[in-house]
Amino acid sequence: MLADKDRIFTNLYGIHDWRLSAARARGAWDNTKAILERGQDAIIDEMKKSGLRGRGGAGFPTGLKWSFMPKEVKDRPHYLVVNADESEPGTCKDRDIMRHDPHLLVEGCLVAGFAMRAHAGYIYVRGEFYNEAETLIAAIKEAYEAGLLGKNACGSGWHFDLYVHRGAGAYICGEETALLESLEGKKGMPRLKPPFPAGSGLYGCPSTVNNVESIAVAPTILRRGAPWFGGIGRPNNTGTKLFCISGHVNKPCNVEEEMGIPLRELIDRHAGGVRGGWDNLLAVIPGGASVPLLPKSICDTVLMDFDSLRDQKSGLGTAAVIVMDKSTDVIKAIARLSQFYKHESCGQCTPCREGTGWMWRVMERMVLGDARIEEIDALEDVTKQVEGHTICALGDAAAWPIQGLIRHFRPEMEARIRARTQKLAAE
Amino acid sequence: MSMITADPQDVPKVEHFAFTPENLEKAKALMANYPPGRQASAVIGVLDVAQRQHGWLPRAAMDEAAKLLDMAPIRVYEIATFYTMFQLKPKGRYLLQVCTTTPCWLRGSDAIMKACEEAVDGKTFSLQEVECLGACVNAPVVQINDDFYEDLDADSMKKVLDAFRRGETPKPGPQVDRQTSAPVGGPTTLKSE
Repeated sequence: MLADKDRIFTNLYGIHDWRLSAARARGAWDNTKAILERGQDAIIDEMKKSGLRGRGGAGFPTGLKWSFMPKEVKDRPHYLVVNADESEPGTCKDRDIMRHDPHLLVEGCLVAGFAMRAHAGYIYVRGEFYNEAETLIAAIKEAYEAGLLGKNACGSGWHFDLYVHRGAGAYICGEETALLESLEGKKGMPRLKPPFPAGSGLYGCPSTVNNVESIAVAPTILRRGAPWFGGIGRPNNTGTKLFCISGHVNKPCNVEEEMGIPLRELIDRHAGGVRGGWDNLLAVIPGGASVPLLPKSICDTVLMDFDSLRDQKSGLGTAAVIVMDKSTDVIKAIARLSQFYKHESCGQCTPCREGTGWMWRVMERMVLGDARIEEIDALEDVTKQVEGHTICALGDAAAWPIQGLIRHFRPEMEARIRARTQKLAAE
Repeated sequence: MSMITADPQDVPKVEHFAFTPENLEKAKALMANYPPGRQASAVIGVLDVAQRQHGWLPRAAMDEAAKLLDMAPIRVYEIATFYTMFQLKPKGRYLLQVCTTTPCWLRGSDAIMKACEEAVDGKTFSLQEVECLGACVNAPVVQINDDFYEDLDADSMKKVLDAFRRGETPKPGPQVDRQTSAPVGGPTTLKSE
């Protein structure tokens, strides 16, 4: 188990004050000037060495992402954009950072903004997080008043302005280019890549979009050093991670743990175990709604990191662990996710706009068993037609939960169809 | 895709909308967050100010926002119909936004939905089924206006609704004995000083 001394989010639960003086007492903003004095290249190099992979779901190395920004600022300004549109079902970690430890994020924005030679940063907060956005705005105000942001931030000579931008309800704005469109005052419809944001992002300027957690851990990594962070977890899957454990556990919670912790240990140690005991477990969605579920047999031994879960044809995603016990109608649980994706599709690409609705309607029939066995194959085929054929990953995200269901629970789907057929024949 | 029209048929006609001086200041402060010429970035914020002023977002308010932001009205209608937090019809004093996505459903959002459906009168309470609110370890969750009510069951939901009916504002957050997102019974971590 991760020791408390290695935890970054020491006020995760809001037991202590979030304000500047208390945050400083916990170690935030401790000689940030010295970090900035190392220079952009040294900061990016340290981030690369730490092995930090993006905490928003895709797991792209954060330091490498920062290094894609142009080395010189030319005619177009650089922008840091922070993705706080936390909407992936099961995920509620960034909310805790913003409401309980906002200064970790604010300081991270300065450090990351400086490293990518940006003088301005925007934090895009989902509209529903009204109170969290207000806390964040208040924390930014405190930082300005203390000279930590603005002209000559932290006495570094670097000018950095930070703004909070509230959304208004659209899952798709968590996709980085949709977020940029939304930030520009348009509908959140993803852009084709390339060009990538580092070349042409916000207002057509070099931009980098990072998840809240990725940014908030950066100052601590730079203060304690890449070897410290890299020494936690497993190779290529380093560091600490916020896990959100929801669903059928005795004590749902958020917790910061080591990457690569066994799923069973995570649930038993922190979430009070599965409701009714481990043997009552049916399945787990290990990384937010978009990743395929895992049956109990895999959950018994799987480790919670990017590579381990990818090897099981699932993913760490946002590390949102959704637990389902044996009382769960697993077909309905996945059908509800299909409804989610149908609702959240932006409508831009035909395979997603039409496919998410089609898949949802078929899934609703699967819940009732009102289908033919062959339709399971047709459904799987359609998921493959949607996957990889859209501008953004929402189409993939809609396809994967259904593929996971068919991969692991096809016998249940067939049994339900047969039961209904027999019932109708008997009547 | 959500299916919303900018011009619903069954709403009261609002001929004229003007920002109060105070709200106009708020809107202009939001516009100042963006580089010169990029004031359209503030459209969501400006519409939110308008909605908070009027209670819901009539077309006249969208037109006023378009003028203020120097945007074509159609671009503002697009925003108002794309983002689900904009209310294009009058609503009750308290908007019950019930999350029914899988993590909340697993923890009993059906019972919460039922309790809210029974309370809806269009005057005190309006209802909106919403997708994941991002508070899943405190499921089931209902957002009422700006606040999250968490760890609900049918009984505590009814208590919360009754309190609003009496004109009180019940305490937001977990409705069980629990520190925010920590496990019930106390954290398993962060116990050393």
